Amino acid sequence: MGKKLLLEKVHIEGIRHYDVYRREGGYRSVEKALKMQPNDIVEEVKKSGLRGRGGAGFPTGMKWSFLAKPDGVPRYLVCNADESEPGTFKDRYLMEFIPHILIEGMIVASFALGSNTSYIYIRGEYDWVTDILENAIAEAKQNGWLGKNIQGSGYDLEMYVQRGAGAYICGEETALLESLEGKRGNPRIKPPFPAVKGLWGCPTVVNNVETLAAVVPIINEGGEAYAQIGVGKSTGTKLISACGNINKPGIYEIDMTISVEEFIYSDEYCGGIPNGKKLKACIPGGSSVPILPANLLLTTAKGEKRLMNYESLSDGGFATGSMMGSGGFIVLDEDQCIVKHTYTLARFYRHESCGQCSPCREGTGWMEKILLSIESGKGKMSDIDLLWDIQRKIEGNTICPLGDAAAWPVAAAIRHFRDEFEWHVNNPEKCLTENFGLRHYADPVYVAGS
Amino acid sequence: MEAEIKTIKVTIDNITIDVAPGTSILQAARMIGGDVTPPAMCYYSKLEGSGGKCRTCLVEVAAGSTADPRPMPKLVASCRTGVMDGMIVKNMTSEKVPDARAGVVEFLLLNHPLDCPICDQAGECHLQDLGYDHGKEGTRYQFARRTFKKEDIGPYIQLHMTRCILCYRCTYVADQITQKRVHGVVDRGDHAAISTYISKAIDNDFSGNMIDVCPVGALTDKTFRFKNRVWFTKPMDAHRNCQTPGCCGKATLWLRGDEVFRVTARKDEWGEVQSFDGKPGWICNTCRFETKQTSSWTIEGLTTISRHSVIGANKYKTLEMPKETVKQVMHGQEPKLLMDIHSVSGVNNPDIHLSEINGPAHSSDFKK
Repeated sequence: MGKKLLLEKVHIEGIRHYDVYRREGGYRSVEKALKMQPNDIVEEVKKSGLRGRGGAGFPTGMKWSFLAKPDGVPRYLVCNADESEPGTFKDRYLMEFIPHILIEGMIVASFALGSNTSYIYIRGEYDWVTDILENAIAEAKQNGWLGKNIQGSGYDLEMYVQRGAGAYICGEETALLESLEGKRGNPRIKPPFPAVKGLWGCPTVVNNVETLAAVVPIINEGGEAYAQIGVGKSTGTKLISACGNINKPGIYEIDMTISVEEFIYSDEYCGGIPNGKKLKACIPGGSSVPILPANLLLTTAKGEKRLMNYESLSDGGFATGSMMGSGGFIVLDEDQCIVKHTYTLARFYRHESCGQCSPCREGTGWMEKILLSIESGKGKMSDIDLLWDIQRKIEGNTICPLGDAAAWPVAAAIRHFRDEFEWHVNNPEKCLTENFGLRHYADPVYVAGS
Repeated sequence: MEAEIKTIKVTIDNITIDVAPGTSILQAARMIGGDVTPPAMCYYSKLEGSGGKCRTCLVEVAAGSTADPRPMPKLVASCRTGVMDGMIVKNMTSEKVPDARAGVVEFLLLNHPLDCPICDQAGECHLQDLGYDHGKEGTRYQFARRTFKKEDIGPYIQLHMTRCILCYRCTYVADQITQKRVHGVVDRGDHAAISTYISKAIDNDFSGNMIDVCPVGALTDKTFRFKNRVWFTKPMDAHRNCQTPGCCGKATLWLRGDEVFRVTARKDEWGEVQSFDGKPGWICNTCRFETKQTSSWTIEGLTTISRHSVIGANKYKTLEMPKETVKQVMHGQEPKLLMDIHSVSGVNNPDIHLSEINGPAHSSDFKK
C-alpha cells in the first residue's frame, strides 16, 4: 500500500471543519512557513520535484521562480479549480471532503510568492463545493489564518472564491484570468505569460488545486522527503480519478511506482473489469490525452511494464505512448465502440471551443460531424484520412492548448484503432447494432502480487 | 546629444532588415514588402490588441535569436510575436507554413457562404484574396453550412453574420474609437457571433469605421448596398472641412459619373486606414453616409490603389504594383510562371480603361 499524503485523513469524521482539521495537525505548514524566508519555501518546493497536477506537469518550483517581482505592483496567486476535463474529478473530491488542505496550501504558496490577495476560481457546476470552500475560508479567517497580520507574522492575506459560468475553456489559465476579471473567457495570446502579466496586468501564478494542496506535506516534511516518494521525476503522490468499466471507480492516491496493470486489476485500486469482460483501451490522463489500446497501455513499445507516472505513461511519445495529464483514468472494456467514444469527445470539444481562433472553431465542429457520420454508418473511407488531416491542421496552430486537446484524441483513435473505423465504413448497417469488439488487442492476465 | 537608436536584425525569407526593438515579425515583413509578408485577416496595426486570432499569418521561426538560436517548436502568429536580434523567420520558404496556411484558409472558408456574386465586399475582400493566394480549389466539407438569424443593427450598417470570420476588429473599433461599445461576441465556439446584447442599434458617430475594418462582407454599407460593384466605381481622393471632433475629413469617394456611390476612409496597401499626422484617418458617419454630393467635397484626384486585389488588380489606372521580392527570396532565381491570368483572359483586359469612362460602364463600352 502506497503512502498517502493528501487523502490520509480524509475519512476522519468532521475533517471538513476547522476544529477537526486543526486537531489532526492542520495548518502546521503555515506556522512553519511563516517563520521561513519566502525564497526558501520556493527552494523547498523546487527540491520536492513537485510537478503541476493540472495536466501539463510543469515543475511547480520553477513556475514560482519565474514570477516577476517589480516594485509597487501586487502579485496574485490563483487556484485553478475549474476542473472540467471529462474523466477528471479529483479536485472536487479534495475540495469537498478536505477543503482546509487547499486553503492551507494556498496560504503557504501566497506567502512564498508575496501575494496578498489570492483567488480560487471554481467551475460553475461545483456550486455546493463553493459553499464548502467559503465556509472553510470563513473558519480559517475566524481562527486567524487569513486576514491582517496572520498569526502575528505581519503578513496579510485575503482569499476569495469566484465561480465560473461553466466553461471548459476557463480552465486554460489565461482564459481563467480573463473570466476572473469579469470578461469573456477567451484565452490570451502568449507571450506575455501570466508570470509577467497576469491578473489585471500583474504578475500571477496559476496552480491546480492538487498542486497547491501538495505544498502542505512538502513544507511539513521537507522537499527532500517528498522527493523520496515516487520514481525519477515523478515525485510525491498523485490523485487518480478512475472511471469507466472498472469494479471500483473513485479517487485513488498513488505513489507513482505502481504499474498500470496493478492499478486496474488489483483490489486495492480499480478492482478489475466488471462482468468478466476484457480490457480494450484506456485514456490514462483525462479525455484530451491519447487513448491507448490494452497492449500498449500495459507494456511500453520497448516491452517494459508501464507504470503510473509521468515518464512511463509518455514513453514512446504519441506514437506508442500517452500522457499522465490530469489523472482522469478512463477504462474501456471490449463492449465499447471507439468511434462512438471518439465522437463523444469531439462533440465535447466542439461545444467547449471558445471560437476565438479559426482552426479550433471550425475544425472541432467539422471533426464532430465526420465522426457522427462514420458512427451512424454514413461514412466514407476517405473520411478517415480527412479526419487525420483536419486534426493535423488544428494541432499546434491554435492560440491555446484546447486545439491540441481536441486533436489528440482523434489522432490517437485513428492511429491505434484504424481497423475499427474502416469496419464502420465497410459495415454501415452492422455498425448500428453491433460492436467491433476486440480483434487483436490481447488482454494480459493480472496475477496478484506479480 | 541624440540618443542612439538601437536596431535589431531579423531575417525573413533570406532577406535581412534592421528594425526597432518591439517590432512584430509581421511589421518587419511589411517593411520588406512583397510576397515575404504573411497575410493577416484579424491583425490591424491601428487597433490595439488585435491579432493572433485568425492564424493566417503563421510563420516558422527557424532561429529564435542570436543569443538563443533554437527554432521555435510551433508555428507562431507573426502579428503577435516580437522580433529578436538575429531571429530567422521563414514564411514562403518554409515547408510547414504553406500547408498550415492552406489549412487555415480551408477552416475560414468552411462555413463561409461564398456568396461573392451578391456580396458588396467582392473585389476588395481580404478573404477572396486569401482564398486565391493560399487556398485550394475545392472544399472537402460535405455538411450544411452554419447560418445565423438576421439581426438589424441600425440604419447604416448591414450585418451578415454568415460571412463573418470573427476577427474581432469591429469590437476593437467600438472599444477604441467610439464612445460606447454596444456590440460584441456572444455565444462561443462555432456559434460565436457578432451581435448586440438584447438587440439594439449601434448608434454613434464613428460606427461606420467598423465597415472599413471588416475584412469580409460581414459589415457593409447600407447606403451602398446592391448599388454597384466596387470595381465599376472610380475611387477619388477628396477632403472636406468636417466639424465632427475626431474625424479627419479625408476620404475616398467611389464615383460613377458624377454620382458619389460610396464614401470610405482612405486605405493603405495593407487594406488598413491610412494615417495622417501619425493618427489613423477614421471618418465620421456624417462624412460617410450623409455627404454624398461631389459639391460638398474638394476632389484631390484619382486614388492610387495599391492593395493587391484579385478582382481589382488591373481595373485601376493608377495601380501601384506590389513590390516583387520573389527573386531575392529565391537567391536570384526567377519563378516559373505557368500562366498569367491577366494576359490570357480577355475579360480581365478590356481595351478601354474604366477610369476613362465618364458615367456608368456598360457592356458595350468594353467592346469598343
